[in-house]
Amino acid sequence: MSEHPIELGPLPQCWKRRHLLGLEDLTAEELTAVLDKADLFKQALVAGTRRVPLLSGITNCNLFFENSTRTRTSFSLAARRLGADSIDFSASTSSLSKGETVIDTAKNIEAMGADVMVVRHRTPGTPHLLAQNLDCCVINAGDGPHEHPTQGLLDILTIRQRRGTLQGLTVALVGDIAHSRTARSNIWGLKTLGAHVIVCGPSTLVSPRWKELDVEFSYSLDDILPRVDVLNLLRIQFERQHDRPFPSVREYAHLYAMNRDRLARAKDDILILAPGPINRGVEVTPDVADGPQSAILEQVTNGVAVRMAVLWLVTSVLRAAPVGS
Amino acid sequence: MSKILIQNGRVIDPSQKMDRVTNLLIEDGRIAAYDVASADDCEFIDASGKIVAPGLIDIHVHLRDPGREEDETIETGTAAALAGGFTSIACCPNTEPPIDSQGTVEYIKQKAARAGNCNVYVIACVSKNREGKELAEIGQLIEAGAVGFSDDGTPVYNAELMRRAFEYCLMFGRPVMNHSEILELTRDGVMHEGLAQLVLGLGGIPAAAEDVMVSRDVALAEATGGWLHVMHVSSGGSIHIIRRAKKRGVRVTAEVTPHHFTLTDECLRTFDSNFKMNPPLRGQGHVDACIEGLQDGTIDCIVTDHAPHAKEKKMQELDRAPFGIIGLETALGLVVTRLIEPGHLDWSQALEKLTINPARVIGVEKGTLAIGADADVVVIDPHVEWTVDPAEFKSKSTNTPFAGWELKGRAVKVIVGGRVKLSR
Repeated sequence: MSEHPIELGPLPQCWKRRHLLGLEDLTAEELTAVLDKADLFKQALVAGTRRVPLLSGITNCNLFFENSTRTRTSFSLAARRLGADSIDFSASTSSLSKGETVIDTAKNIEAMGADVMVVRHRTPGTPHLLAQNLDCCVINAGDGPHEHPTQGLLDILTIRQRRGTLQGLTVALVGDIAHSRTARSNIWGLKTLGAHVIVCGPSTLVSPRWKELDVEFSYSLDDILPRVDVLNLLRIQFERQHDRPFPSVREYAHLYAMNRDRLARAKDDILILAPGPINRGVEVTPDVADGPQSAILEQVTNGVAVRMAVLWLVTSVLRAAPVGS
Repeated sequence: MSKILIQNGRVIDPSQKMDRVTNLLIEDGRIAAYDVASADDCEFIDASGKIVAPGLIDIHVHLRDPGREEDETIETGTAAALAGGFTSIACCPNTEPPIDSQGTVEYIKQKAARAGNCNVYVIACVSKNREGKELAEIGQLIEAGAVGFSDDGTPVYNAELMRRAFEYCLMFGRPVMNHSEILELTRDGVMHEGLAQLVLGLGGIPAAAEDVMVSRDVALAEATGGWLHVMHVSSGGSIHIIRRAKKRGVRVTAEVTPHHFTLTDECLRTFDSNFKMNPPLRGQGHVDACIEGLQDGTIDCIVTDHAPHAKEKKMQELDRAPFGIIGLETALGLVVTRLIEPGHLDWSQALEKLTINPARVIGVEKGTLAIGADADVVVIDPHVEWTVDPAEFKSKSTNTPFAGWELKGRAVKVIVGGRVKLSR
């Protein structure tokens, strides 16, 4: 296990945030700061570095009120690689089932010494509620269909690594836009960094109102495919829908699954992302998911690097003014 | 007996189409005379530069008592009413137990009398136990003093029950007051379905959910000759439906809240649950439609839908936080600041919707300063500017989205039955 410092450079002047609740109000400068630092962490990770003990003494708590494997593991790893302690709290084993409010639960964990709280919750705005009521740093790890900023950042980082820039790229988000926090975080980050964004999917899941926010919408993947540089295939969120908003999975796959035939009609250098967990055969066929245009596993590696960068940035406030000083 | 002479006030009483500066004499709890220069053994109130109006009437108040006294009680709710300039309120029956029996009506009337603040009228349930299955004992509830019928909180959902309610209430001359919402369209809804909701990813409550139910109720009122009172209208679509229904002679009245003519769904961007109510805050077009509806008389009454919730209930995730805000202590200031000052309504139009119109909907002889009427009077300072501070509220709850707002216009004297109940 190797452990050596990396050259991160100074804290970016633009970064003043103690929380990361969404990408909607981040400036291009702030987004670029996270991506640049994430690139450095990625290089260290790829070079085999396992520990960059910049946050030793810091305690991270993953406060997850919804199931997650990938995101929680990714945050835990990121925290540990930075030398922080990381603990997990999941709602099913908690006193929430005994009627404690979410604010009280979080305050209790804070009182045990958590410096950072990584929050996932079914309801939009819950990380914001906690940020308003706690002293520690809050990172939104997904609040219902609202935002999932680190997922948006890691998708954007993956695109930037492959293409060098976001400026002028056409990025299509395909699938369940209505219920997707990943879509929203991607939309804000991509737009701010100069990409053209298309949301595409069945009309029950894609609102025409997106055009009021300067986002193109389309109901036909086949129509937009020839001019798309990056395709981000969102998971159908069966668990968030009351009634299935399309007639059958078979019909959905027929209209929107990225398969070999569609790939043949796309640009040669199209980049295919999927935030996962993917429903193989629904959003994407296995041959495409595992093919050369796919960056799905790179996304996962980038996830750790992005979360290291975010943890390092938000806690910079703590390092600048340690408690008691 | 006691006499009060209110001097040099601008008396505005829409019930008599009166708007002039005069002296008003109250004697033995009744309006005794106008233009009286002076009187013996008399308390004087100098109302120079002030407006003297019939005490305000709010026909949509949740007093939470019995059952949820941690949010509000009859004592605190009626004290809040006085602080807001209201001399009469009608309380909604979604209590625990619901107001569906003579005993519960009696309980409220007695507790209100003991509190001795403002007059309290009771809106009772349309259906037994508010279950939407069988009609409550409407005749006996009226004998006990109920003035209107509603299952508010939830709509009367079964169309056949609604038809029967219209028919049955017809013989008593009472309105059926409905909360208009198609529940299948609003499941998990937290806010108005619109652009802000698209961005925030919260569950949507489409305007159509209100429009469809108002359409149904208008059709049933038209078919039966019954009296529909549409509670808290919030959508341009339903206002349009009500306007057309009134034109062709359907007996329909409607009310709107200050928050629906003041705030939009954009407020939810802060994720503050004090902007969560049902019906939800909607887009600017709907707000404009509410104001137009008030201007052309489509909307008859301004009500608060005063819905107290203890702080710990509101300080939760947005989907768990209950719907509703308090309104009694901010309503008048919002009417002055948001309707009268910008010129949407003049004082007579605004006061009509806060006095005689609501009195007519609940069928009580209030809301007038005619000679011989009960001396329920409010003296309003139309110029005073004040800051909303929930710490000063008389209500037991503080769930208001208007904390810190600068408002103009406030009640400075509130007289109920000839007794000065509030003086500031």
